[in-house]
Amino acid sequence: MDLSLFLSSFWPILLGGIVGTIPLALVSFVVGLFLALGVALLRLSHLRVLRAIGWFYVSVIRGTPLLVQLFFIFYALPGLGVLIDPWPSAIVAFSLNVGGYAAEVIRAAILSVPKGQWEAGYTIGYSNTQTMWRVILPQAARVSVPPLSNTFISLVKDTSLASVVLVTELFRVARQIAVFTSDFVLIYLEAALIYWLICLALGGAQGLLEKRLSRHVAI
Amino acid sequence: MLPSETTPLLRVTGLRKSFGDHEVLRSIDLTVNRGDVVTIIGPSGSGKTTVLRSLNGLEIPDAGEIIFDGGPDLDFALPIGKEHRYALRNRSAMVFQNYNLFPNRTVLQNIVEGPIRVKRVPREQAVAEAEALLDRVGLLEKRDAYPSQLSGGQQQRVGIVRALALAPDLLLFDEPTSALDPELVGDVLQVMKELAAEGWTMVVVTHEISFARQVANEVLFIDGGVVVERGAPERIFTAPTEARTAKFLDRLLRPLH
Repeated sequence: MDLSLFLSSFWPILLGGIVGTIPLALVSFVVGLFLALGVALLRLSHLRVLRAIGWFYVSVIRGTPLLVQLFFIFYALPGLGVLIDPWPSAIVAFSLNVGGYAAEVIRAAILSVPKGQWEAGYTIGYSNTQTMWRVILPQAARVSVPPLSNTFISLVKDTSLASVVLVTELFRVARQIAVFTSDFVLIYLEAALIYWLICLALGGAQGLLEKRLSRHVAI
Repeated sequence: MLPSETTPLLRVTGLRKSFGDHEVLRSIDLTVNRGDVVTIIGPSGSGKTTVLRSLNGLEIPDAGEIIFDGGPDLDFALPIGKEHRYALRNRSAMVFQNYNLFPNRTVLQNIVEGPIRVKRVPREQAVAEAEALLDRVGLLEKRDAYPSQLSGGQQQRVGIVRALALAPDLLLFDEPTSALDPELVGDVLQVMKELAAEGWTMVVVTHEISFARQVANEVLFIDGGVVVERGAPERIFTAPTEARTAKFLDRLLRPLH
């Protein structure tokens, strides 16, 4: 193993992660979460047509490959006159994707809050909306942390797909170095290692967050 | 009609409710005067809890009327909108069998949430009132505790304070001691007894015969969705006229025969 190549390529690949992978994942996740909350509420609506819209969205997002979604936005939409730059394309695709998966997580978390909590909200005079926002969602948030962390960690790795729509992120940098040096084994192992390190750190952060959110709640 | 001391606080007539094919309530009538304590007894599945929940808008009956002196005046044969439901909830507050405290909020936050957010009481005033009420039920030192740190009896007393803090005209209790360990029941019943003595108007679904006997003005025995018998507690418990009432009370008082 070429240690000097490993060391000299480590920083450029990690930098690709810092300026590409991580911001891409963070922005897409935040936008996706808002979308997911909206879709989850659609799916829980008492209006059939809103439920159907929510169901359709989740079904399309989960039923088609992320790579195809990404290609469609970046390479196919221009054919319809919609030209989007690499970064916005990637953010749109990943946000939509998170929106679909996280919507199901949030929906399940909302449903997991006992019915008595809704009734307690009603009896202190809350409207349905107030009960949802002040009573149910804070409790659903706690339940959502482990599965949403999963979604986020998957997203971090999925951002490597953005390399095919010309976004400079961790894996695109690694590919360029690999082609340039022809040492595919070393460079791709190194890229995998850096992804793993990032995910380890995220796993640790998840643990802290869970602990904080459940500090008052009896198991 | 103008609110007055002589009009009943609440009049319920002909209340009906079905869940699917199952008819839970068939024509329930109930009148509650100011300061009354009405207890509802009956076997499980008799519909007694559904009556109580209808009064708070947690269930919407299929037919019948619920008329509060001073409003709302609801005829359930007509469509019931959100504003009707909110108006109904405004008149009463419910104490639940399983307390239903908000687990992610402290005792104090549980209590002041409604007054501050719904009744628009200034925060300092809401907190002061909440503390006074907590002191009354002997739980002032728990104001910053979370529900999971309290015993069932303490949680239920917080549940009662949460209801009182809303200053409702009517307090509803849905089997408030049924989920409690036997040695914790007394504290909760004691608080309820004091509230009755202070003149709070209460409708209580309960199996606590001794409570009903000491505190209630009227006892309703509900079975199969109808009021089988009603009257003063002394009479119901000592000389029930209906066979079904007698049988129920016998089972309740002598579970082993």
